[in-house]
Amino acid sequence: MSCFNANTIRSDFPVLDQILYDGKPLAYLDNAATTQKPHHVIHAVQEYYEAYNSNVHRALHFLAERATVAYEETRKKVVSFIHANTERSIIYTRGTTESINLVAYSWGRKNIDEGDEIILSEMEHHSNLVPWQILAQEKKAKLCFIPVLEDGTLDLNAYTHLLSSKTKLVAITHMSNVLGTINPVQKMIDQAHQAGALVLLDGAQSVPHVSIDVSQLDVDFLAFSGHKMLGPTGIGILYGKEAILESMPPFHGGGEMIHKVELEQSTYTELPHKFEAGTPNIAGVIGFGEAIDYLEGVGMGAVQSYEQLLTQYALSKLEKISGLTIIGKALERGGAISFTCEGIHPHDLSQYLDREGVAIRGGHMCCQPLVRKFDSTALNRLSLYLYNMEQDIDQLIEALLKAKEFFKT
Amino acid sequence: MTDSVPLDDLYQEIILDHFKNPRNVQKLSDEEVLIEEENPTCGDQIRVTAKVEEGCIVGIKYEAKGCAISTASASMMSEALMNKPVEDARVAIQNFTRTMKGEQEMSEDESGDLIALQGVKRYPLRIKCATMSWHALDHVLDKMSVEK
Repeated sequence: MSCFNANTIRSDFPVLDQILYDGKPLAYLDNAATTQKPHHVIHAVQEYYEAYNSNVHRALHFLAERATVAYEETRKKVVSFIHANTERSIIYTRGTTESINLVAYSWGRKNIDEGDEIILSEMEHHSNLVPWQILAQEKKAKLCFIPVLEDGTLDLNAYTHLLSSKTKLVAITHMSNVLGTINPVQKMIDQAHQAGALVLLDGAQSVPHVSIDVSQLDVDFLAFSGHKMLGPTGIGILYGKEAILESMPPFHGGGEMIHKVELEQSTYTELPHKFEAGTPNIAGVIGFGEAIDYLEGVGMGAVQSYEQLLTQYALSKLEKISGLTIIGKALERGGAISFTCEGIHPHDLSQYLDREGVAIRGGHMCCQPLVRKFDSTALNRLSLYLYNMEQDIDQLIEALLKAKEFFKT
Repeated sequence: MTDSVPLDDLYQEIILDHFKNPRNVQKLSDEEVLIEEENPTCGDQIRVTAKVEEGCIVGIKYEAKGCAISTASASMMSEALMNKPVEDARVAIQNFTRTMKGEQEMSEDESGDLIALQGVKRYPLRIKCATMSWHALDHVLDKMSVEK
């Protein structure tokens, strides 16, 4: 923590330095939705467009050469960031949602048959739920759900009983975007493998905040998004074990993913390009590489410990507010904290807080089944990142108290 | 409410009054409910019933679960359309919806408390909150005219 200076970090993010409405500084606490970008990332994207905008893997001219090198450089950075073995395992996608859909359509259609079971949990984001519903309906497969307990953790006992020889895949989130819960994925992956099932981890909320080692986890697929970890929107990653990706049919057909094309048929190129049809989000990839460098520069260990301190600070302050209920009490948790405030609808609260300069989320957070489980249809959520400071939380708390007074019945 | 509190264009005092003391709210049995509407993005719900005698609305009752805007709007609607001929109510619903979409202005002398909801149209994400109950009543009137 000695090298971690939140003030210095914060000054790297131009968007955070602004005053809203009546002189209220911006307290950005909606990082689980998307994160802000350091000027390094913004400049990298700008530099690409100003100095070497070109398509990749096609032309041989100067610009194309430079763009291709920069584009592939990010892949190497991702390999090292998540401790993978090879660039062949790293597929560029538009984001976590597309990564999961890729697996559902390509691996799923080939490997899931009638009567097979896919285990999900009740805390999944719609993006790790709906693709499997579509697949299961098409294949007459069965979706099984690990229940969420009152404290916001998964019922691991139930998980053990759900696993069977029918289980083909376990697709679970590493960290809940609503409850903040960090699931014990190492144990869950080992158990799934013993049952003969593959595991897909939704890392949208975890990869930006904790150090990930896909080799040690032995996870089969990992999906995550660049924009939730300081990178641009529209760029995400699907990590897959090389042999599994090799065995999968293509997802999208088109340019870049082919080897030889004839009118009636084609052969496909090698990994990872087999899954990257069409002109990709080149600027996004280059900006994402810069984001990874930034996080590596700070150190994911330092990011994690700083966020832990900040999360505990936020929880201790929120707990003191009467009528406020925190949803999710897992001990192993990240900095996404959901709550309800008695007598104030989440949309009224987030609208009110906005005018106090505080950006938080109100709604179902793309987790309708989970929110319903906690007897609600909408919640409020604050979510932290490395550039947040105690002052942001203090501003939130002060605004919350004013809102309670304003909407008091 | 203190002077320093912003947002008074959206949450006018009259809106907060209808939110805190909604008019014509009543717990409805499932048989009584004619239309149930839900906004899945925020989870707001409304259950509405109405009574029409000789072409005139003589009762509007509803149960609402929602934000201040949707609750206040339902409350104001129940007052504004009470004792109105169905045809006039239909026009009023249409006018209100058009106002929220920014397609027309509300006339101050005719609209009463409703004028307070004008501010909502500046918050595009909240327009649905204000119009949900009006849509629900519109559907109630549809249903009644079919059953007649």
